[in-house]
Amino acid sequence: MNGYRMRHWSVRHARGLNLLYRIFQGVLNALHPLFRRIGYQRLDQGFLKVEKLVKGFLFDSQSCGQCTLSYTGMSCPMNCPKHIRNGPCGGVRADGSCEVDPEMPCVWVAAWEGNRRMRQNEQVVRLVLPPMDRRLQNTSAWLREVRNYHHYPELDPVESHVV
Amino acid sequence: MWFDDEPPAGENLPILPGHVSPGRLERVLRAGGFAVTAEIAPPDSANPIEVYERAAMFDGHVDAINATDGSGANCHMSSISVCSLLTRLGYAMTMQISCRDRNRIAIQGDVLGASAMGVANILCLTGDGVESGDHPEAKPVFDLDSITTLEIIRGMRDDCRFLSGRRITSPPQVFLGAAATPFAQPLESRPLRLAKKVAAGAQFVQTQYCFDIGAFATYMEQVRGLGLHEAVFILAGVGPLASARSAEWIRSHVPGVHIPDSIIARLKGAADQPAEGVEICKDLIHQIREIEGVHGIHIMAYRHEHLIGEIVQSTGVLGGRTPWSPARAAGIRAVE
Repeated sequence: MNGYRMRHWSVRHARGLNLLYRIFQGVLNALHPLFRRIGYQRLDQGFLKVEKLVKGFLFDSQSCGQCTLSYTGMSCPMNCPKHIRNGPCGGVRADGSCEVDPEMPCVWVAAWEGNRRMRQNEQVVRLVLPPMDRRLQNTSAWLREVRNYHHYPELDPVESHVV
Repeated sequence: MWFDDEPPAGENLPILPGHVSPGRLERVLRAGGFAVTAEIAPPDSANPIEVYERAAMFDGHVDAINATDGSGANCHMSSISVCSLLTRLGYAMTMQISCRDRNRIAIQGDVLGASAMGVANILCLTGDGVESGDHPEAKPVFDLDSITTLEIIRGMRDDCRFLSGRRITSPPQVFLGAAATPFAQPLESRPLRLAKKVAAGAQFVQTQYCFDIGAFATYMEQVRGLGLHEAVFILAGVGPLASARSAEWIRSHVPGVHIPDSIIARLKGAADQPAEGVEICKDLIHQIREIEGVHGIHIMAYRHEHLIGEIVQSTGVLGGRTPWSPARAAGIRAVE
């Protein structure tokens, strides 16, 4: 279980980490005019490198590019062998470990624990999260948040569907 | 059960106002009946006769049959093909969809196909990990989870659109179901996860085996507290235990199933353990029926399907109803 020590520290400090993240994201949001001038596409991979380092260390983040940590008690659902965005599944063992990998504590048990420590609890974990967009893997979720905040058009190659 | 507007076998019942499907299960539940469903084990065979023979064991005892989808991550005949074979005979089928083996493109295609073949109920599951089955080296898909699958199928049915937004000219008319596991950790999450499934579109749920009535009653109390018993039809999972040894094996190997010591002791003390397993199952059914907010039972009797008829009939859970069966349908048509 030692391999999961950092992950667990983060869940135990979910409230503080979420607060820290909100401040950080606020700063990023304020930098939108600058980012726009430089060009989001040009910044993306650089940001991703930093994001991978920080979130990889704290959460074992898998860089899905559509971060849910604030909704999942600072436990990354991409570490669930079933990649469940709306867990926990019915296979959690009696000791709270994973059905697929008994050595690993269930990431969704951790999510509930982390969520309990967060301020606006309940509603977040009750939210139905949408399915993943695989195209966003290995892109910066931080920059995506900035663009979403400013309703700035998504730069990913999203095709429009003919109805 | 013989509805006034019963069509020829293999054709759909008319959809009543306020109903979403042409299915018998939705009819029974919405009419306030205590429903009985059972799980059919798809064969390791390409012979349709084996499917017909297994289904015939349920004739006159169940309102709908669940066809499992690679249960336990083991390879068997697919759920959609078992449903296809049996809907042609007129059986009320519940197709199970596991997110383990197919992505959103395949799943949405199967939903259209299943509805076209007269499948009226779909049960959305995340599915077991590939590691627990006979092909642990397989690539796990898990493009969706049970909850996102529910939402997508509801969108297909109610908004006539694929997830992509593209229009569906004739939507799938399906009664949407999900699984519920009242006894897996973290226990506090379980009623809320059911709430999420209901919010995502679940209209009925079938639970994991309920052997611990006390724990199930507590769960149901929380479910009622959230008002969910009025928002979703809840079918409690039951099944006969073959022996004390197999009960102990299930308890330690199947996550989410809690078998109290008292039940294992009762099996151990019995001269005829399989018969005692059936008696325990009947006792549990009687107790489950008394719990407010339970709308039926779901019988899982893998390799013991032949016991289901006796369990259902001797407990009287059908309340005098006789569910549809091909033979009965043919008999009634002959009389007419």
